[in-house]
Amino acid sequence: MPVPERHEFFVDPARCIGCQACIQACSECDTHKGQSMIQLDVLDRAGSTQTVPVVCMHCDSPTCAEVCPADAIKRTEDGVVQTARKPRCIACNNCVLACPFGVPKMNSRIGLMMKCDMCYDRTSVGLKPMCASVCPSQALSFGTREEMARLRPNARPVNAFRFGNQTIRTRVQLMVPADAADGLVDVTAAMFEPGIGHDMLEDVFDAASARSDS
Amino acid sequence: MTRLTADSLADSERPVASPDGRAADDQPKWRRDFPIDSGQDDYVSRRELVKFMVLTSGAFVAGQVWLLVKSVFEGSAAAPPAMAIASVDELPVGGAKTFEFPAGSPPRLLVRTGPASFVAYDQQCTHLLCPVVPAFEQNRLHCPCHNGWFDLATGQPVAGPPRRPLPRVTLELRGGTVYATGVELGES
Repeated sequence: MPVPERHEFFVDPARCIGCQACIQACSECDTHKGQSMIQLDVLDRAGSTQTVPVVCMHCDSPTCAEVCPADAIKRTEDGVVQTARKPRCIACNNCVLACPFGVPKMNSRIGLMMKCDMCYDRTSVGLKPMCASVCPSQALSFGTREEMARLRPNARPVNAFRFGNQTIRTRVQLMVPADAADGLVDVTAAMFEPGIGHDMLEDVFDAASARSDS
Repeated sequence: MTRLTADSLADSERPVASPDGRAADDQPKWRRDFPIDSGQDDYVSRRELVKFMVLTSGAFVAGQVWLLVKSVFEGSAAAPPAMAIASVDELPVGGAKTFEFPAGSPPRLLVRTGPASFVAYDQQCTHLLCPVVPAFEQNRLHCPCHNGWFDLATGQPVAGPPRRPLPRVTLELRGGTVYATGVELGES
C-alpha cells in the first residue's frame, strides 16, 4: 500500500531542541532494533547548541541509487527511497559518499547500508513515522499541507535544493521562513555565507582554487 | 541552510527523474536495465520471459543433438586391434589381472574362470567408478565401496546400488595367449 500523497513529511531544523527522542524512537523499531536510521547533527559544536535531525529527503533522482553498483537501493512508486536490499548490498560505501544530504550510513559490523525509509511499514498504513510521533517540538512532523499552513503561519515548505551543479527536488519538505524569497535552497552558496558556513570550508575551497589557478 | 536564491527555478534546472535530464526513452540501455523504481526493477515482460524460455529449451535441444552426434561418431570408430594381455599359464584358475585395452584406457579386469575360460570387464563399478574385485568363490565381482555385486559370467548387476552391467571386453584364446579383441558397452 503506498503512502498517501496528501501526507507529507516536514522537517523544521529551527525547532530542533536536540533531545534525541527521534533517535531513541527510531532504534525501537522492530525491523532494525537497536540501530537508529536517523542522525542528529550538531552544526557547530564550539559555537552553538543547534542541532539538525537528518532524515532521508527521498529525492526525485536519488543520488544514492544512481551510484549504487549493486542495484540495491530502490524507490517505491510513491517516491519513498528504501533502505539497501540486504541480499544485494555489498557495503561499498558509494551511497554514503554520494548522498548530498549525508543520509546513508554504513553498518560495517553487518556490512549493510541502512538509511531512513520514512518508516514505510507505518506510513504506508496511515501512521506517522516513529520520529515524527515522538518529536516534542515537532521539528519532524508528518501531516497534510493544510495542517502545516494552519499551525505554522510563519513558515512555508520548500523541497528544491542546489548542490553546485546538481539540483534536487525531494519528497520531504523543509520548512523555511514564510518571508524568504521564492526558489530553491542553495546549499553550496550558503556554505560561504558568514555565520552559516564554516570558516574551514573557505580555506578548503580557496586552497583548491589556488591550486587549480597555478 | 535556509538561504534561498532570489530567482525561482528556471526550466533548464528543473529536476527530473534522471540526472542527465533526458527522457526515459533516451536513456542508455544500462539505465533502462537497472531502473531505480522497484516496480520496473521487479517487472519481467512477456517478451523477456518467452525469450528466456525459448533460449533455455533451445540449449537443451542443442545439448541432446550434440550427445546424439557424439555417440554416432564414437560408435563408428574403428575397433582397436587385438592385443595380447596375458598368457594362459600366467594365471591360476580364479586368478585375476588388470590390463589396459586399448593402451591408456581405464583399467580392465581379466579373470580366469576355468582351465580354458577367461572373462574380462571394466574394473570401474557402474555406480560410482570404484574398482571392482573378483569374488571367485561366489562367482561374482564385488565392489566394496557400496557393497555392489556383479555376476562374473555376464557382468550383470545382481545386488547393491549398481543398475547397469559392466562393459565387457571380448577375448580370444590363440595358442597359449589371451587376446583382447573389443569392448562391448553394456546397455544403459
